[in-house]
Amino acid sequence: MKDVEKKPLQESERFASEVPRRDLLGLAAFWSFIGTGVVMVAGALRLPMPSVFPETGSKFRIGKPDRYAVGSSTRISDRNVLVLRDGGGFRALSLVCTHLGCISQREESGAFVCPCHGSRFDATGKVVEGPAPSPLRYLEVSRMPSGDLVVDRDRPVPPDRRLAV
Amino acid sequence: MSALGDIGRNLRLLPSTLRGSIVRHGAVGSDRARSQAVFSNFFLHVHATRVHKHSLRPSTTWGLGVVALILFGILCVTGTLLMVYYKPSVADAYDSVKDLAFVVPTGRMMRNVHRWAAHGMVAVVLLHMARVFYTGSYAGPRAFNWVLGMVLLVLTLGLSFTGYLLPWDQLAYWAITIGANIAQSPREITDALGVTGTFDPGGMTRDLLLGASTVGQEALIRFYVLHVVVLPVALSVICAVHIWRIRKDGGINRPVDIDLELGPDVRGGRAIFPEGSGKTYGLMALVEGRTAAVDRGPEHTVPSWPHLFQAQMLLLVLTTLAMLALGYFFDAPLKEIANPAIPENPAKAPWYFLGLQELVSYSAFAGGIFIPTIVVIGLMLIPYLDRETDGAGRWFAGRRGKRVALSSALFSALFVSGLLWFTVEAGWLRNWVPDIPQLVITVFNPGTVLVVAFAAWSLGTVHRTGSTRMGAIALFTCFLIAFAIMTYFATYLRGPNWGFYWSASDWPELH
Repeated sequence: MKDVEKKPLQESERFASEVPRRDLLGLAAFWSFIGTGVVMVAGALRLPMPSVFPETGSKFRIGKPDRYAVGSSTRISDRNVLVLRDGGGFRALSLVCTHLGCISQREESGAFVCPCHGSRFDATGKVVEGPAPSPLRYLEVSRMPSGDLVVDRDRPVPPDRRLAV
Repeated sequence: MSALGDIGRNLRLLPSTLRGSIVRHGAVGSDRARSQAVFSNFFLHVHATRVHKHSLRPSTTWGLGVVALILFGILCVTGTLLMVYYKPSVADAYDSVKDLAFVVPTGRMMRNVHRWAAHGMVAVVLLHMARVFYTGSYAGPRAFNWVLGMVLLVLTLGLSFTGYLLPWDQLAYWAITIGANIAQSPREITDALGVTGTFDPGGMTRDLLLGASTVGQEALIRFYVLHVVVLPVALSVICAVHIWRIRKDGGINRPVDIDLELGPDVRGGRAIFPEGSGKTYGLMALVEGRTAAVDRGPEHTVPSWPHLFQAQMLLLVLTTLAMLALGYFFDAPLKEIANPAIPENPAKAPWYFLGLQELVSYSAFAGGIFIPTIVVIGLMLIPYLDRETDGAGRWFAGRRGKRVALSSALFSALFVSGLLWFTVEAGWLRNWVPDIPQLVITVFNPGTVLVVAFAAWSLGTVHRTGSTRMGAIALFTCFLIAFAIMTYFATYLRGPNWGFYWSASDWPELH
């Protein structure tokens, strides 16, 4: 910048001189560069974030009600669910530990205990001991028109909600 | 005609012209020629042409950084070989690892060496960190290189974690499950605050890792990509910067007065390059950086070739031999095939994560995310909070540092053991107040108590000694000892259902 003139700048000139045209182009180029980088990174990070999960859905059938005697509790092993039937109807207790997702196992006393970090739940699923932040979850049980019972893994319900049959 | 003759002559000269075109230095008959070779060869120029005697003493570094790099090299080679047979699919992964163990020629050996080198790398990287810390080698311009070292430690642990998921055995399946749920554990906080519906960083990370709502094929392929491409490339790049910065900072850190301490050079003022040294000598012997021998001449230095190279080759031979021996005598374990209905009991992580598993057994968020983050950030900040340079380059910065380290080790050992004993005997908040809110346990649990106690002890040390360096030594020692004790405790004294047992023979019968 060879600005040899000493006379004070006009208001408009002073404003113009704060961002000279060449600097403006330079700044535009620089921020385009930064912007390109941001777009690249954001675009690359968007891909691994799934918009659709590959599973077949969260509901699964557990058969007709007469498979389960009144007063029984039946473990559906490959679903990690305990199906409880009492006089009031059906409930489904998820055995997935609310701490870090291991499968809690039922002891002979009826209590549940998680092998990974030692969380303990009483027979109703309430936390008694250990790091689990919340009780075992009860899942929604519903009935299909065919009469089959359906459990929804993603739909927790209050522990006293039963499906009367 | 003469051009044809040229071809004949050039053909005769081919061996020497070929060599000359590849290798840019001449014969290596003298120190000067060898130095020039180190200077001009791409693979050798990582090294300075001359190295200080202090750096070559075994007790300066114990070669730990070099060994870590060698182990990473072994891991890259054996890992690439394993990739030839391994299939990252839920249906085939377990069988392909079994094939490696029982069918593929040398497959079992390669897998064993890969496994031992991985465990070795974690151990050596931790020891390297302790060495750099206790010799105060994070001081001055090396501060950021210490930060890079922390990043490398995290990457090493990430590589280990993603690695043991790949066989899709019981260890793998439950490790992914637990890992993904730890990633999700910020929900402990967001749930307690009731904002999970709108702000759910935990769920987002979990989805990103698993690519699905349950652990399965999507998760396996993601961890595979992380293990074989993303993390190794990241580690290689940062490792290159790490080493480059050591060179720019004048090589291995050494005490500023080490030349005085060593006295006059035994060569008694003899020229370093007696064989008619050329003009390049001055340039080669000098390195930029505050601790380099700028303006002091290369006293007490020896040529890297052969002295440093011999030391490195010795480390290479010893490390390789150790890995081969371990791989020959001890097979890498492979558990039963993944069973999503029944975790192992007890389900234990590899040793380097067992201390964390103990912390996680108090609170998922505090033990799995909060405390590790605090520790890593705290470690990264050490060179910026402690800017003292006195005693840098000396183990424990002298005798006072040794005393501080010893008393801190004792304090940490007693405190951690006492706390573990108390937790086993008396339980924790939920045993006393059954309906206590989770947030209270997340904030106040044995893990956070340890962090606060160590911070207090360290600040007390700073106050008592008037030295931030002593405070840093106190803090680092406390955490190091706690890590060792927790690891021992979780390895040997935790049994089924994460219960406390003096010995595995006391474990109850499981059905």
